[in-house]
Amino acid sequence: MHTNPQLGLDGRLKHLLTIEDLPKDILLRILDTAQSFISVTDREVKKVPLLRGKSVFNLFFEPSTRTRTTFEIAAKRLSADVINLNIAASSQTKGETLLDTIANLSAMHADMFIVRHNQSGAAHFIAAHVQPHVHIVNAGDGRHAHPTQGLLDLFTIRHYKRDFADLKVAIVGDVLHSRVARSNIHALTTVGVEELRVIGPRTLIPNYVQAMGVRVFHDMCEGLSDVDVVIMLRLQNERMNGALIPSAQEFFQHYGLTQEKLARAKPDAIVMHPGPMNRGIEIDSSVADGAQSVILPQVTYGIAVRMAVMSLLAGGGGQ
Amino acid sequence: MSELPALPDPESLLAALVERLRPSTGADTGLIGIRTGGVWAAERLRAALGVQPPLGAIDVSFYRDDYGKVGLHPGVKPSEIGFSVEGRDILLVDDVLYTGRTVRAAINEIFDYGRPRRIRLAALVDRGGRELPYAPDVVGTTLRVPDEVRIDLDRAEDGRLVLSYRHPKG
Repeated sequence: MHTNPQLGLDGRLKHLLTIEDLPKDILLRILDTAQSFISVTDREVKKVPLLRGKSVFNLFFEPSTRTRTTFEIAAKRLSADVINLNIAASSQTKGETLLDTIANLSAMHADMFIVRHNQSGAAHFIAAHVQPHVHIVNAGDGRHAHPTQGLLDLFTIRHYKRDFADLKVAIVGDVLHSRVARSNIHALTTVGVEELRVIGPRTLIPNYVQAMGVRVFHDMCEGLSDVDVVIMLRLQNERMNGALIPSAQEFFQHYGLTQEKLARAKPDAIVMHPGPMNRGIEIDSSVADGAQSVILPQVTYGIAVRMAVMSLLAGGGGQ
Repeated sequence: MSELPALPDPESLLAALVERLRPSTGADTGLIGIRTGGVWAAERLRAALGVQPPLGAIDVSFYRDDYGKVGLHPGVKPSEIGFSVEGRDILLVDDVLYTGRTVRAAINEIFDYGRPRRIRLAALVDRGGRELPYAPDVVGTTLRVPDEVRIDLDRAEDGRLVLSYRHPKG
């Protein structure tokens, strides 16, 4: 029998490793909980005491500013103590194994690890080896998954569009190297949108998407026709080992989001991007800063969503 | 099981609360109801008190002391306090007062919005069983029922409030 390593025996969320295999009711519960955290930011004291006395370790084996910072803010708003570790510059370069690093940090009484790693499966591996009371949140592993990004994208879409059921959503660009795209495809498939599309050159669209019921377009104007939501992806030059695109200029010409191409979508379509943006490569500045862009609200909602994930994981676990 | 006392009509309890609260309700009073039943009661009090004090709703899920044991309560809703509590005379409203743990959580949360001049506590029913030293300022009625019996406030379709017993086992 297949068991989901993210769920405890009681069916509760124990780790957040990937959106794949998570039931719809858990995804919606995270979104609803995040909604309740939004108003905390408007108060005199921008904290709630849920994780008081808990230690959250930000374990980043790969550089990140936005994700690490929003996890840190989220943990602090839950009253946790936060310890930031940039491992790339530390023990790993001295030859310590991943499990030794984790064992040492666990000995410092960690309650939760937020893990970012360039190897797919790193968060699963750590989750399989930690003590039962320790929770793992995957903050991005290789090309595999970035579940909190997928959740905050869901939250953003629901905020602006209310109901998922009658939406057409297009994910555009470098799908092949994108853990954000994978997590978004799983998230949007689970909650159920009317139509999910991916748009990009043949070399950057992986085979698995069609098997998941996603419509593939290679012509951007065709693919954007009548959509409600446009999710742009970052062109991931650092993960490419070979000439998958002719040049950045040519990529922009075909797959960069300009006002002209955006006009094919519905007039009230929203434009999203997980950041960091390559202006002039996958998105034109006039769109990124334009009226339909919700790129900065995505960052803000990311804090509430991460608060929801951490508070659902840490409560009542392990004792 | 022994006979449970008959439950009063919340409408008459509300009327009694209004009589006792009216003299002390002023321009700087703010009502805060504890979700869900306390908000219904607070809405009714606001309408009946005449001066229409501002009304807020508080969901104590993020402040509960049993989070470490049972986790986050399902169905959490946002707290909504749309007025400044700083220096205000707060009337905290709950439906059924029992252990006092919900009241503690609510007071802790209110202080994260600011420092009120005073907080008073009103409840429709005080069923005793306090585990913390909180006493209400105004209650509609006092009842003694066994620990395993729950008293729930519900709102009918016509807006009338109804109290009922719930037995956890069937």
